[in-house]
Amino acid sequence: MVDRIALVDYLVLDDEPHLVAHECEQCSARYFDRRNACAACDNTTFRSVDIPREGTLYTFSIVAVAPPGVPVPFVAAIVDCGGTRVRGNLVNIDPDPEQVRLGMRVRLTTVPLGADSAGVEAVGYGFEPA
Amino acid sequence: MAEDVWILGISMTKFGKHPGRDHVDLASEAALAALADAGVGIRDIGVLAAGSLTAGSSSFGQQIQKQIGQTGIPVYNVANACATGATALRVALLEIKAGEADLGLAVGVEMLSGAGLLGAPPRQDKGGAWTPTGRFGAITPLEGRVGTDSMPGVFAQIGLEYGHRYGGADFELFARIAEKNHAHSTLNPLAAYQKRFTVEQIMNDVMIAYPNTRPMCSANCDGAAAVVVVSDRRLRTLSPEQRRRAVKISASVLTSDPWQEACQVLPDVNTLTRQAAARAYEQAGIGPEELDLVELHDCFATAELVHYDNLMLCEQGGAVDFFNSGATWRDGRTPVNVSGGLESKGHPIAATGIANIWEICQHLRTEAGDRQIEGARVGLAHVIGLGSACGVHVLEKAAS
Repeated sequence: MVDRIALVDYLVLDDEPHLVAHECEQCSARYFDRRNACAACDNTTFRSVDIPREGTLYTFSIVAVAPPGVPVPFVAAIVDCGGTRVRGNLVNIDPDPEQVRLGMRVRLTTVPLGADSAGVEAVGYGFEPA
Repeated sequence: MAEDVWILGISMTKFGKHPGRDHVDLASEAALAALADAGVGIRDIGVLAAGSLTAGSSSFGQQIQKQIGQTGIPVYNVANACATGATALRVALLEIKAGEADLGLAVGVEMLSGAGLLGAPPRQDKGGAWTPTGRFGAITPLEGRVGTDSMPGVFAQIGLEYGHRYGGADFELFARIAEKNHAHSTLNPLAAYQKRFTVEQIMNDVMIAYPNTRPMCSANCDGAAAVVVVSDRRLRTLSPEQRRRAVKISASVLTSDPWQEACQVLPDVNTLTRQAAARAYEQAGIGPEELDLVELHDCFATAELVHYDNLMLCEQGGAVDFFNSGATWRDGRTPVNVSGGLESKGHPIAATGIANIWEICQHLRTEAGDRQIEGARVGLAHVIGLGSACGVHVLEKAAS
């Protein structure tokens, strides 16, 4: 019986929740989504690699206007995790440009998303100040 | 080397709100005006390329033909994000270079008044059991949970990335870029908005996605633009007046994103633009320092800054100093977006690529009225669509 499910299949929920990427076996390019072939070198075989849980804030925006159903404001961010760029919201921080500083250290954290009708808890991720 | 291709006629409708009219009306108005400007008729045209992302038909070009003349010529329906108009022009141009036509017509139109945010779908949780779907195995839409796909947010991140890398780009600097474009638009009667704003007004307006406030975002509006292109051989048979007003397409380049590690999570609008610009300068045999004016894709104030650099109007990393020098104001060394740009002229997506070229042509023909850049002989028009397509055209005044 599964009692928890990850928001995306590249989020691994274990004692130390972390992200995994598909890494091209030929050129080491990394992808979070499923790929038919490597966009960098055309190779078609991939291995799974763990992404470091800590990184630095590469860029961000504080999104104040969003499509219906999306709570605002939220801090959209790109985080550099050991040389791999990762997309994710910045969480546990005021959505204020005075607080969010480019280059700041951040770490992966999980975000509860609620339960479905069968009681399965969904878990997302974000990055918080380290 | 295939023969030169020239712009013989070009037009754009007033950008703004056109209630009571539809895509076909606006496209037909632009097409007929471009034909009249060229001094030719639809029966002279050998190929039609038409683009609209919102017309909702895969045979939109044929719908236009029903209003302006069904002559049996090949029709290409073109879609390439915000580069659709530039792509349609290239389709017509390539048919001429291939020797299949001597005259071509390209049209772009969009009706976007009140369209709101573009690029991000609404988040619709379906309820029931969590079920992974799609290429990320996502159990629910990711917008707002895993960053953003909304255009203001994407381009905000692109601008702040540049600022972080090279320094000097803060909220106020981006607002001052928007101030310039809105000031320029006051001289353009076809712009959707012709209102000057102070930097304070821009910074204190509604925040859309920091650091882009509402006046720093492209204006969704209705509009169409059309262009008639002609082969060098055919142009030589036309009247002196047509030859005098013809504008040479010295470079026409289209690129897509080359692979970059970083562009897998945030669109990379830089590399493909830089590559398009480099190829365009090489094709035209003209350097960026020779440009008399530039219309670039300022879909957001943050985008304009990075494209100063990408189009090599300044040295790499020098965009902030370049802007601060006053170079991009209409009285500066390299005037940028004297039309008002997408922020105030407006951005009816598929029309934009042709409308940017229209602006350059107005100046090269000395027909730009109050906003004429005196002595303009060479200009560059740029568009980018996510993700990703980039069109760059270098245009030159006729020699005589």
